[in-house]
Amino acid sequence: MSDLASDLSTQPAAPPPLGTKGFFRWAWRQLTSMRTALILLVFLAIASIPGSILPQQGIDPVRVNEWIANNPTSGPILKRFGFFDVYASPWFAAIYLLLFISLIGCILPRSFMHARALRAKPPVAPRNLTRLSSSTEVSSELGSDAVIDRAERVFRAKRWRVRRGQDEGGPWIAAEKGYWRETGNLVFHIALIVLLIGVGYGSLWGWKGNVIVVSGKGFSDTLTQYDVWGGGRMVSPSDLPPFSFTLNEFTAEFERGEAQRGAPRFFEGKLTVRDTPGAVPYDTTIGVNEPLSVDGVKVFLVGHGYAPHIIVRDTTGAVVFDDTVPFLPQDGSFTSTGVVKVPDATPQIGIQGLFLPTAALDEILGPYSTFPAPDDPGLFMSAWVGDLGLNTGATQSVYRLDTAQMTLTGREALRPGETWTLPDGMGSVEFVDFTRWASFQIAHDPGQGIALIAVTFAIVGLLLSLFVKRRRMWVRARPAETGSTVVAAGLARGDDERLESLVNDVATAAASDSAQNGRRK
Amino acid sequence: MTETMGLAELSLLVVYIAMAIITMAMVAFAVSYAGSRAKKLVVRDRVPALVGSAGDSEPPAVSAVEPVTELPKGRRASNVGMSLTWLAFAVLLVAVVMRGIWAGRVPWGNMYEFSLTSALGVLAVFLIFSFFRDVRWLGIYVTTVVLLTLGLAVKVLYTEAAQLVPALKSYWLIIHVSAAVICGGAFTIAAGVTLAYLLQERRLRRTPEGQEPPVSRLPSAQRLELLNYKILTFAFPLWTFAVVSGAIWAESAWGRYWGWDPKETWAFITWVIYAAFLHARTTAGWRGRRAAWISLVGFLAFLINYFGVNLFVQGLHSYKGF
Repeated sequence: MSDLASDLSTQPAAPPPLGTKGFFRWAWRQLTSMRTALILLVFLAIASIPGSILPQQGIDPVRVNEWIANNPTSGPILKRFGFFDVYASPWFAAIYLLLFISLIGCILPRSFMHARALRAKPPVAPRNLTRLSSSTEVSSELGSDAVIDRAERVFRAKRWRVRRGQDEGGPWIAAEKGYWRETGNLVFHIALIVLLIGVGYGSLWGWKGNVIVVSGKGFSDTLTQYDVWGGGRMVSPSDLPPFSFTLNEFTAEFERGEAQRGAPRFFEGKLTVRDTPGAVPYDTTIGVNEPLSVDGVKVFLVGHGYAPHIIVRDTTGAVVFDDTVPFLPQDGSFTSTGVVKVPDATPQIGIQGLFLPTAALDEILGPYSTFPAPDDPGLFMSAWVGDLGLNTGATQSVYRLDTAQMTLTGREALRPGETWTLPDGMGSVEFVDFTRWASFQIAHDPGQGIALIAVTFAIVGLLLSLFVKRRRMWVRARPAETGSTVVAAGLARGDDERLESLVNDVATAAASDSAQNGRRK
Repeated sequence: MTETMGLAELSLLVVYIAMAIITMAMVAFAVSYAGSRAKKLVVRDRVPALVGSAGDSEPPAVSAVEPVTELPKGRRASNVGMSLTWLAFAVLLVAVVMRGIWAGRVPWGNMYEFSLTSALGVLAVFLIFSFFRDVRWLGIYVTTVVLLTLGLAVKVLYTEAAQLVPALKSYWLIIHVSAAVICGGAFTIAAGVTLAYLLQERRLRRTPEGQEPPVSRLPSAQRLELLNYKILTFAFPLWTFAVVSGAIWAESAWGRYWGWDPKETWAFITWVIYAAFLHARTTAGWRGRRAAWISLVGFLAFLINYFGVNLFVQGLHSYKGF
């Protein structure tokens, strides 16, 4: 809709005419006017702002809940009006959908007009060319037809579209160039619509899931294996491609220098992948910026952490729990929390743990980690006995212990290899060692290709619409006593600083090198 | 390590030298304004351009002739300012290159380096621009902005870190960030032009009907308006590309091409506002002052995106840069 749009946009609001049909006509004109598009663009910008200030459901649901808890009055109100999920809220959708309807209403008629213009001949030369703002008059020794011949050659050499004619003022030639401007303009705006379609298609037919895989363990692409999985309306979990992989090893390195100490520097996961259950497995690596592509699905490395290996024995010394448990990092130094639930012990045992890769103890704040790498690992635990509450039917997080029906029996800090004998002969907990886990985002977005093609076209279209100049030029040659008088004039859409000199160049070239008495208007 | 640390410190020292030169350039540009005030009358001497009359064989050769006056003092000072700006650019370029060599990568891995490169970008856009037009009147604005950016960089954002977080280790760092830096330079210059336009436009509005507006060192409102538009027609597609390349990079680093991260959101807002400017310019009643204000709001959104998001908002782009 760039600078040609002023021709098409409707005039300032006239009162709506009577009658339903008239009203809709009026409403449609209002909606598709440039002014409305402009206001909708401004609204779109303003409406996007809250999503960057308030925490968003889709990005950080934990912070959303915190925010609402901290602001009991404004929180629920904002939540009700979708301020914690701005980009999926009805009012945000209303703005961009109106904008796109306005856009379609604008480009449809323009596409037809442009299609006609592409086939049309340049317009007849106006009678008095000197009235145009860019015009020049020179005299030539050549005859009038020869001048027009020369002008035609000049125009054709520069690929102008030309049309010749003759009237009482003598022969004339009309030339037009720069149709790509409007083509690019339309391509840009159509590409934006295609982009929206691509994004919509991707969200309806796409899916993504997150999973934590402990080093040494595997993952196969079925719904039950995911920690979190979300798909568009058109996706069925049975559509998941049946690949699988094993995380053999995960490496993480951190900054040890003074500046930015502890900042991540290098992550890499070594995987063994099977495309289908029966396929030959192959080894590969995965890293940040190096996702893995399997069967139309992309696997991204998005996080990592530690998983202590814990063995719990009951009163008789029998092993009731033996596993590596992923602990979730709470800060940049990987102070990590995790929970062990032992439903098979009687009474049931629950352990809240704090894993510290580089352990330190603060008098007030308690244990914490000082560096993300495992330089001096320690595991701080609180053991609870009683009822884990697993039989109530309510779903429980594996990372949270419901201590409502449990009693605290003791606290202990262990180093790898150490065992803690629980008080009152309740059994023992052994911190064998620890390993790392990596979290993966596995996603399929079928709209991505459409979106990429759309933005490519959008950029090309944009460049054409901004840099190609649409120009019309006319040259008239009037027979004079000797030779002829040549008048050239030009018209451009939008600002065109070069038009004036182009008109002069054409006039001079058409009048040949015998041009004299050049005068500028 | 001490040897390589030396290069980083040397780079910082050179940044300080560049800042000193920029300050001198700023003073020179300021003097040029003071000088031009005193020389008002010289400009007034201009012979009124005659409209060519028809028929005579020897047209008065008027339009080609400029009024011959001695070089006003302001002009000399602004030339000194330009030379100093060139020097500052060269010195800052050396500092940035040294920082890059020290870090062993492109010199925009954290906010400090990004600010240095952005300042260099603003200077580059300004100096390239000076080949095509007389933009000395803009010198005072450019030097002020560059000095503020560099001051913020060395005082608040300075870091000795050389290495990158894994998400930044990608060739997209070169493509995406350099596009953003050039856009930053262009947006900054455009905002200066817009400010000048608004000044000129106000001057025109306050001139009583029938009177000539007071003489100014700034170009005419009309020219400034066109200039702003031209810069933004260059910057807008580039900004589009910067956003798109960021999306492609985000896809490989974070697993999605668009996630409404605060940086992405403000890049989008900036894009939408500049798009609104391009539309406003062709809408009756919006061209001129209103469109100019929209482009200034666009620059504000860009600044929020550049500083605000990195310094105050929690998001994926706040990568411990300082």
